Amino acid sequence: MRSERGDLIAILQEVQARFGYLPEEAMRQVARFVAVPESQVYGVATFYSQFRLTPGGRKTVRVCQGTACHVQGEAQILAAIKKEMGVVPGTTAPGGDFGLETVACLGACSLAPNMTVDGDVHGQLTPAKAVEIISRLVEKR
Amino acid sequence: MGKLTGLLKRRGAPETHTVLVCQGTGCQSSKSDQIQAALQQEIVQLGLSDRVKVKSTGCHGFCQRGPTLIIEPDGIFYTRVKAQDVPEIARCHLDDGQIIDRLLYQHPGTLEAVSHYHDIPFYKKQQRLIMRNCGQINPEDIQDYLDTGGYQALRNVLSGMTPEQVIAEIRRSGLRGRGGAGFPTGQKWQFCRDSAAPQKFVICNADEGDPGAFMDRGIMEGDPYTILEGFTIAAYAIGASQGYIYVRAEYPLAIKRLRIALKQAREHGFVGDHILDSDFSFDVTIKEGAGAFVCGEETALMASIEGKRGMPRARPPFPAQSGLWGQPTNINNVKTLASIPVILTRGAEWYSSIGTETSKGTAVFALTGKIANSGLVEVPMGTALRQIIYDIGGGVPGGKSFKAAQTGGPSGGCLPADFLDLPVDYESLTQAGSIMGSGGLVIMDEATCMVDIARYFLSFTQHESCGKCVPCRVGTKQMLEILKDITTGKGRAGDIDLLVRLGNSIKVGSLCGLGRTAPNPALTSIRYFRDEYDAHIRDHRCPAGVCQELA
Ligand SMILES: Cc1cc2nc3c(=O)[nH]c(=O)nc-3n(C[C@H](O)[C@H](O)[C@H](O)COP(=O)(O)O)c2cc1C
Ligand code: FES
Repeated sequence: MRSERGDLIAILQEVQARFGYLPEEAMRQVARFVAVPESQVYGVATFYSQFRLTPGGRKTVRVCQGTACHVQGEAQILAAIKKEMGVVPGTTAPGGDFGLETVACLGACSLAPNMTVDGDVHGQLTPAKAVEIISRLVEKR
Repeated sequence: MGKLTGLLKRRGAPETHTVLVCQGTGCQSSKSDQIQAALQQEIVQLGLSDRVKVKSTGCHGFCQRGPTLIIEPDGIFYTRVKAQDVPEIARCHLDDGQIIDRLLYQHPGTLEAVSHYHDIPFYKKQQRLIMRNCGQINPEDIQDYLDTGGYQALRNVLSGMTPEQVIAEIRRSGLRGRGGAGFPTGQKWQFCRDSAAPQKFVICNADEGDPGAFMDRGIMEGDPYTILEGFTIAAYAIGASQGYIYVRAEYPLAIKRLRIALKQAREHGFVGDHILDSDFSFDVTIKEGAGAFVCGEETALMASIEGKRGMPRARPPFPAQSGLWGQPTNINNVKTLASIPVILTRGAEWYSSIGTETSKGTAVFALTGKIANSGLVEVPMGTALRQIIYDIGGGVPGGKSFKAAQTGGPSGGCLPADFLDLPVDYESLTQAGSIMGSGGLVIMDEATCMVDIARYFLSFTQHESCGKCVPCRVGTKQMLEILKDITTGKGRAGDIDLLVRLGNSIKVGSLCGLGRTAPNPALTSIRYFRDEYDAHIRDHRCPAGVCQELA
């Protein structure tokens, strides 16, 4: 009982790895499996920023807003992505090519400013470079 | 040197090389894995396989110059290596013994090329204890760790020391926790040892949530074995049979390497039942975080391991009495645990000879921001900020002037140039209004707006506040709103005093360290950079030219 409850987060992580988000029905099943109230599963899913309750884009772009990246101009990068691609953090590009998120430090601060595309770090960005990398995600369709 | 090695070869001396290719997160982002594969292929083609060995390592620390590689035994350091440089490295250096000048590190001041790793100012002034193996060993091969004397400390402990003796030695060393608060480690272990219970736990805090900090990541990616060894010794000292390593989800490579290290340690009998044929059994589980800064706080972290929302709770009871699942639990930071093996092999006396009166050993900093040489830096406690920023870091680039050094992340503060000669240790930084924190050191220049930085940190802590206690939940929001007003030209006379009053009440009233330290960035910047606040409020001007609405 104890260890299963402790595994709730890990199980949700696996569900999300499979579906890209946490579908409602999957959360219900997890609740039954781990034997905790559905409300608790929902509580955990909404507490941790890693979990998403709606499908994201085909790729996930995360722009770092950590201190080192902030000092090196993260705001200009986000502004350029918004201007050129019309996408703001927390939303998905039209057509679902990529979802844009922000993250507080990727741990690659020496290369600031940084972003990741599906986990791969792109460092020493300029606004133009960031837009170029993201444009490629769209063109690839 | 190039000529010398060239000569050696011509005389027919067998010339063997080991190429250490950094495979840390930084260098991998600039394709060091492809460089290594290409190098391997080139070596085979040139028929050099019997005398050239290529080895993956973790982070060398000088991430900004990546991808980096070191060619041993001479210690030649190549920076910003690209795939197209590989054939030349193989032919000219590895086959012919000629150093390739254009890939060497260039001293930013003298523009002179420095060929040897140890002569580069970035490394020369460091003292690497915690990171002694980082960049040297293959972090995915336990044999490499064993070859450097790894697991000798655990052997010594299990074959001839009682838990009490281990604790006494750690107490004598003066080691203090590297997770931020600097609590004496030996004393903490003693509390947990003294709590009687059938089951106890140890936790390695590898959540590293401070934005702008990646020390723990570097160590996990570069030398996961030393963390595991220290962790096992901690478990023995307090009498725990189960341990959890709680790692940030944003660190996939660190998680992968810890898993490999754990598997190998288990195969070698360093983890599991009857470790090294002793009566001591200990197992380790790796837990991935899910993106919540507050989970770095120890009570929130334990709630998260239990599968709950990561909410902190009031202390006492302290984890040493009632922690994970209500059992006595000891929790330490990655760097604290990584210090244990080296303390026990070299002795408490040696360790306590390094550092200052109250802070022993070394401090690891992630030196970032407006700095010429950015990366991971390890120096003795008590080293002056000036030495770290100028001698090691090479100063502020682009002809700009230094404005502030930010330590302690969202719990810390920004120190102005007056503090450059401050010897850095726990006490001196606290006295200056900041904190040691876990090691983030972000350098800011004249183009950084201190009010914007205060707003930045408050928006971070406000966002990460778990919402359980009112002072933190509501108070940080109020502070943030005021700071937003100031940075958008809507600041009012009296705002500064209001920020100070609010900040001080949040500090006393909050439940956990997040709230109790959240006002620090604003309070220190008011203390040292009040004129910038005045310029924003009174003159509607941002002296650094950062705040768009005031430009
Ligand atoms: C909001 C908050 C975040 C924290 N984050 C971390 C962290 O990421 N890593 C860490 O080791 N300690 C962190 N701490 C400190 C831990 O609560 C705890 O003191 C530490 O892990 C103890 O280890 P030490 O004695 O080895 O320093 C944090 C504390 C607070 C209040
Ligand atoms: S601050 Fe962006 S990677 Fe650390």
